[in-house]
Amino acid sequence: MADTSLSPAEARQSAERIKTSWFSALLYRSEALRGYLLMSPTILILTIGIIIPFFILVAMSLWTRDGFGFDTTLTMANYARTWEEPIFGALLQRSFWISGVATVATILVCYPMAYYVAFHVHKNKMMWIILMTLPFWTSYLLRVFAWKVILGYEGVINSGFMSLGLIEAPLEFLLYSQTAVIITLAHAWAAFAILPMYVSLEKIDKSLLEAATDLGDGPVARFLRITLPLSMPGIIAASFLIFIPTTGDYITPALLGGPDGAMIGNFIQLQFGPVNNWPMGATLSIVLMLWISAIALVFLFVTKKAQDKIA
Amino acid sequence: MSARGDTGTYIKRPNRPLQIYAVIFLIVLYVPVLFIPMFSFNDSIYVRFPLQGFTLQWYAELWSRDAVWAALFNSVKVGAVVAAISTILGVVAARAITRYRIPGKSALVTFIMMPLVIPGIIFGVALLVLLSRMGVPLSLYTVTLGHLIVCLPFAVATLLPRFEGFDPSMEEASADLGENGWWTFWRVTFPMVFPGVVASLLLTFTISFDEFIMAFFLTGTDATLPMYIWGQLRFPQEFPSVLALSSLILFISFILVFIAQRVGRMGLEDA
Repeated sequence: MADTSLSPAEARQSAERIKTSWFSALLYRSEALRGYLLMSPTILILTIGIIIPFFILVAMSLWTRDGFGFDTTLTMANYARTWEEPIFGALLQRSFWISGVATVATILVCYPMAYYVAFHVHKNKMMWIILMTLPFWTSYLLRVFAWKVILGYEGVINSGFMSLGLIEAPLEFLLYSQTAVIITLAHAWAAFAILPMYVSLEKIDKSLLEAATDLGDGPVARFLRITLPLSMPGIIAASFLIFIPTTGDYITPALLGGPDGAMIGNFIQLQFGPVNNWPMGATLSIVLMLWISAIALVFLFVTKKAQDKIA
Repeated sequence: MSARGDTGTYIKRPNRPLQIYAVIFLIVLYVPVLFIPMFSFNDSIYVRFPLQGFTLQWYAELWSRDAVWAALFNSVKVGAVVAAISTILGVVAARAITRYRIPGKSALVTFIMMPLVIPGIIFGVALLVLLSRMGVPLSLYTVTLGHLIVCLPFAVATLLPRFEGFDPSMEEASADLGENGWWTFWRVTFPMVFPGVVASLLLTFTISFDEFIMAFFLTGTDATLPMYIWGQLRFPQEFPSVLALSSLILFISFILVFIAQRVGRMGLEDA
């Protein structure tokens, strides 16, 4: 728009505006300013909702609980506790383990599906994508609840198998275990993870695959040398999209985890609820964020190195 | 090897195992959720096989519960406000992102998209701390603020392809023909991005309607529907009515999102 010449009407208008106020004149001339102005409400809300709360969270993590109030003298005591008391480390480790396994499982299960739609579906592609992603937009709570119905002590699997005479007594390991949490997380996030992988697979230039075939690569070699490396960005994006939100999840472990499946999210929620130690909860949130960032950075670094090697 | 691809490329050949895999994938994706409506019609207080027979009593029971109606009303109110605000802001932001050369644009977009990749519990907790320090009591307003943060990235992400998808010379033509900026927006820009606006409204409404994590930390005395369900989950005797309520919510959500997805992609790709 900037490089097109102004029509007479526009020129007259702009002349009038310059006369009326310097601000609108500035606005009229500066494209960036207009852009910032348009984005400012969004940025403002997100600043109120993210940046400011985050700083207060950091401040609170340096306070301590004092009866029903807070002792606002700054101290690293909470951080020291998370370092010294083994329960915190163990919970973090378990959270990352559960999320990690769920992430790998989701990617392995979703990749062939994304591949199928990207390469082998030619009619109604949109319909397939909508079908695959539809469940993600519906209630997370209810999708987790569905797994409680399935895996429960008298749930679909146990009562189903028992009425078929396959088992005598309910299988107790189904509900309230890490396996239950991992299955549920993988199922709940599959619909979301598939999108970035599909997009990167869809972008691959098909003539590269034909070239590889012409040069004598079999299907496996072709996949390993072309399709997989080129779809890596999608796999990496999907890993982040699953791993990061699931490490802080507390609904799934609360409904399906039991004592063995409790994660750091449940512990944070406890601090803000029944335990009523907000500063500790704030500290745990910050520690979780730091660990997630560290893991994400290492993951990015390693995959970057690996990609450089392939390329 | 070109003899292989005489009727197109080798990729066009159907891959039987992958087809079977895709069908199984979709079944596994949907069946767990379908157990909820199935047991909601089961004439037994226990959620287990074998099924005892068809009944509508759990739905009838819901109908006569004031708490359910109150929660539904709260959820709809919050959802409508969140959908309207996040879509308006999404339109404005998407327009700014696509039409203006702004320094630091990619950093701003990353910032807007951040809520997508940060665990919800951290936002919930951080907002709770801020609000309590400012002495703001928890209410439906605080839930609305929380939902706005969750929904804004989705609104922008839904609207961006719409704004990217149309030719800026249309707007220039309108300006050259003497329309001012406001009328150009209403008569040229808005009709072209309208499907995106509808999609964004439906999607953000559904996300807010179903949202639980933020609501968990930010709800005051007025519960939203997911909060109501969470409260009922403690009582085993309430299971069947929770199943009935869940079935209704799932049904509505699926329809709204399906329409949103269809409308949102209308005219963008060959759907």
